[in-house]
Amino acid sequence: MQRNGSVLSELFSASQLYHCNKTSPNLLSSLSDNRIRSAHFNNETLIFPPPPSLSNIMDPRRAPRTVSDPKVRKVGFFTDPPDRSLPGPPDHPISSFPTSPPSTVDNSPPSAGNSLSPVMIPPPRHSSSILSRLRRDPAEFFPLPASPTASTSTSFSDDVAWTMKGRGVAAASSSLPGGLLFDIAAIKSAASSVPASGLTTVSAVNNLPIEKGGGVAVEMQDDQSSRSKSLKEKTTKAERRALQEAQRAAKATAKAEDGKTPAAASGAAASVKSGKSLKPPPSQKNDSAALAALEKKAGDRPPEKDRKKEFPQPRMQFDDKSRVEKAKRRAVVKQTEARNRVELFRHLPQYERGTQRTELQSKFFELDPVHPAVYKVGLQYLYGDICGSNARCIAMLQAFQEAIKDYSTPSEKTLARDLTAKIGSYLSFLIECRPLSISMGNAIRFLKNRIAKLPLTLSELEAKATLRSDIDRFINEKIILADKVIVKHAVTKISDGDVLLTYGSPSAVEMVLLHAHELGKQFRVVVVDSRPKLEGQLLLHRLVGKGINCTYTHVNAISYIMHEVTRVFLGASSVLSNGTVYSKVGTACVAMVAHAFRVPVLVCCEAYKFHERVQLDSLCSNELGDPDVISKIHGREDINFLDGSTNSENLQLLNLIYDATPSDYISMIITDYGMVPPTSVPVIVRDYRREHLWI
Amino acid sequence: MDFQVVVLAGDTSKNLLPLVSKEVPKALLPVANRPVLSYVLEQLELSNLKDLIVVVEGEDAAIHVGGWISNAYVDRLHVEVAAVHEEVGTAGALRAIAHHLTANDILVVSGDLVFDVPPGALAAAHRKHNAVVTTMLCPAPVSGPTESGSSGGKDKIKKPRRYNIIGLDPSKQFLLHIGTGAEVEKDIRIQKSILRAVGQMEIRADLMDAHMYAFKRSVLQEVLDEKDEFQSLKEDVLPYLVRSQLKSEVLFNGVPQTEENGNEKVSSQNNQAVVSRIMANASTPSFHELSSDYNGSTHVRRIHKCCAYIASESRYCQRLNSIQAFSDINRDVIGDASHLSGYSFSAHNNIIHPSAQLGTRTTVGPHCMLWEGSQMGDKCSVKRSVIGRHCRIGSNVKVVNSVVMNHVTIGDGCSIHGSVICSNAQLQERAVLKDCQVGAGFVVTAGSEHKGESLARK
Repeated sequence: MQRNGSVLSELFSASQLYHCNKTSPNLLSSLSDNRIRSAHFNNETLIFPPPPSLSNIMDPRRAPRTVSDPKVRKVGFFTDPPDRSLPGPPDHPISSFPTSPPSTVDNSPPSAGNSLSPVMIPPPRHSSSILSRLRRDPAEFFPLPASPTASTSTSFSDDVAWTMKGRGVAAASSSLPGGLLFDIAAIKSAASSVPASGLTTVSAVNNLPIEKGGGVAVEMQDDQSSRSKSLKEKTTKAERRALQEAQRAAKATAKAEDGKTPAAASGAAASVKSGKSLKPPPSQKNDSAALAALEKKAGDRPPEKDRKKEFPQPRMQFDDKSRVEKAKRRAVVKQTEARNRVELFRHLPQYERGTQRTELQSKFFELDPVHPAVYKVGLQYLYGDICGSNARCIAMLQAFQEAIKDYSTPSEKTLARDLTAKIGSYLSFLIECRPLSISMGNAIRFLKNRIAKLPLTLSELEAKATLRSDIDRFINEKIILADKVIVKHAVTKISDGDVLLTYGSPSAVEMVLLHAHELGKQFRVVVVDSRPKLEGQLLLHRLVGKGINCTYTHVNAISYIMHEVTRVFLGASSVLSNGTVYSKVGTACVAMVAHAFRVPVLVCCEAYKFHERVQLDSLCSNELGDPDVISKIHGREDINFLDGSTNSENLQLLNLIYDATPSDYISMIITDYGMVPPTSVPVIVRDYRREHLWI
Repeated sequence: MDFQVVVLAGDTSKNLLPLVSKEVPKALLPVANRPVLSYVLEQLELSNLKDLIVVVEGEDAAIHVGGWISNAYVDRLHVEVAAVHEEVGTAGALRAIAHHLTANDILVVSGDLVFDVPPGALAAAHRKHNAVVTTMLCPAPVSGPTESGSSGGKDKIKKPRRYNIIGLDPSKQFLLHIGTGAEVEKDIRIQKSILRAVGQMEIRADLMDAHMYAFKRSVLQEVLDEKDEFQSLKEDVLPYLVRSQLKSEVLFNGVPQTEENGNEKVSSQNNQAVVSRIMANASTPSFHELSSDYNGSTHVRRIHKCCAYIASESRYCQRLNSIQAFSDINRDVIGDASHLSGYSFSAHNNIIHPSAQLGTRTTVGPHCMLWEGSQMGDKCSVKRSVIGRHCRIGSNVKVVNSVVMNHVTIGDGCSIHGSVICSNAQLQERAVLKDCQVGAGFVVTAGSEHKGESLARK
């Protein structure tokens, strides 16, 4: 919660900043947030994605969407739970589900040549106690813009619903950890005096405390702050305000009910007085109520627990100090967190690369539990020697294969359990090297499932052989074969005279291009690249080697080069179930520009990378790279102006790895189940999941 | 982690001659009153490497070393001591114990290395690149005592300025050229093919090969088998591997997948090819791969990688392979690199054993060590020196920048500068030594003056 509040404020300042940058840099001085200003002072060189995609990060769907669909303006951040109980004040957007299937399909340019019929988003298959109530009615699930008076209870449970739906790491769940429990308790205390169904009554009372409770609120604040201090060492301003608002609302309702009997007829002054005199008891009551609610919450746990089983825990939020401490104690390798992190991305892990590397290296012989093959892969991740989600996934699976080969069950343990634990420890090592990609997460789920499903009758040797052949099968069928199918489909979209644009070095797209070339199609390729990795150069090198006519440019020039392009082929790290394409940073920018130029955007992505998570922006879940690589340009000492200032307090470097492209900008996703619109992703996720991971 | 450690303790070291003897092989030379080998073993133990093979040249020396290890490290380390013939060289020593080597990679450490660089870092670099050999390079030590600038002109003390000529690629990860021994003084010959492949080579003379290597076992054994004439790891095997990295004569190419895909059908072999292509495309290629790309990748690439790990400046790393190095290391271990010694220093930055006796008006300066049972007379002064066990030192003696081993008797009025005095030696009254080495049991006559000499029993 703490984060959510601050993020909200950050967002406003950040987007404001962006406008400033666009209009005139002088306006910067008017900004209040000193830190952000200095971080952005050199927008071109500092912030790696350049401005257009930056705008996407900061405010995912600004221009095109606001016009077509007014409600989406509100999307992007969740209201704080206390706010949810209030009927959305104008500055607190009500979060709603973003996709509206038919419109997206209509939006896609006609030249996409989409032969498949759009598929409606089916009702989700997960049903939990809270969800089922709501999911019966799709209209409720997708609050329509036409009904701005949607009852607050709907929007509240809607939020909850989608928090549930997001798989663990999902955007929404970022609002879950730490403070949440407490805040829920606060809401509960707010609602405790009101029957649960009567959340709407809160809205009626909302205005009351503004006139009445002015003096009360001030005193309450003291009370509040002391209490919150005792609860938690440090609470941010936003959190305190949220708490206070919840309290105020609770009190207001209590007073409204009380006030009806004794002080209904009394004047304003009298009511203030009575408010003051009445103040101590209710606040104490509130406290106790909050505590009671907390306990009640704890008592209500069983369903919560069930839910936990069904949905993995939210990813650790790295701005949650206590949890980070705990995790540190568990960690194999001591890591120093980077000092100057960008405020907006505090919840993501970021470490000092230098110390991390030396630490990991010098610990080489002490990391006995880690299999050498896994260690090697981890090191390669850390140094960026292997990148690209397919390659990382294959490397990991092959390392596990090696590890399984050398594995022997200790006596008095069963293979299934011990091996799962072992793989878990390998994973935590790999995560310390670099956070897992979504595709890797899926592959691990598959592997763990296979281990769990091993028949008990198998001998150890047989079990190991089975697992290794399973892994082989996964690599062959889900990656290699899938790529072949993708190539087969995608090639039909390439015709003579085409100018194809690709960004970065996606493995699937490369195969498509090579195959099209083998078929003798005449086309030209524009390879768009970006700093700091410049992966595109390798792709370029290979394509040119095969005799394909190529153009190379950086993403800065995307709007210039897009004129001549007829198709855009992109790779993806993952496709989420709302059709969002989660991919290398800059992809969103390319897709948006292509969309603006009415160039079809085709995303090549194997279906094993699909994920049922829903993500609306690239803030909640992302990965931070080494900030040094964007501040320094290798081999160009003459333009390394930042050498002295990287340690400055006022400078924060941001090197994002991924971004999220809204489905609006994607014409088609080419996957091993054929060419589908982005809206069909959830169908594939739902219907083919079992077959898919052999679960 | 599938590593085996071989400690090469005691190559034939003629340049340490007055100091080493039958009883005190090189590995047991005391550095701050601990055998030099103990520094290596302890560093390895710190890195959780407890299964070691210690190779010693000569049966007698092996008995001495083995005896000492079993005394000092009983229950802590699992050490096998292997004796090999004298004069076989480091490569020969490895050849002799080759049948004991089973792990994938072998870490070879020289027993005379005093260092605090984590060996894990070397091993990690080795694994990361799947290299054939990885060597540790450390900044070349500043030789000679810092104070007494007048180093004697004798060849025993004089050291070559440059230890190695080392060529690195721009990322400083790969070893492109290494010149050792006599080559250092000659012209540098660099292969065109390597230079063409890399495009840019950095040639460094300020780095020293620390004689700590990680080898891929299969390659090492193959090279040792095929090249009988190779004597030394440092001067033969390593330069050979570096030279031939782009036209590898060792058979395998570090791609162990070839054996795996034999069991499946043809289609799966195709898949393997696709997998390896995806992997190759996704990983940042080293110059090896790029160079073979240009040449047309139809034929099998015959390359192997030679990597280097450069220890950071702040680490200590020095080899005890000369008399100068011996006194340097002694000075450093009780001085700048005192964390290596494992002793706790007093407030005056020195160590005086409680059982040592000091006369009146005797001063022991900082960075000194005075060990068990030693006695000193009046008005002595000791600066930056190590004095061993049970020494008897008379009055009015000055000891500066020197190493005095055990059971040494020093008469009144002696003056010792920058010298090494071995065990059981005797210095009679008013002897003056400057930059000398006194062999074990030697008697220096009263009133004699020596400068830059090596004194030993004939």
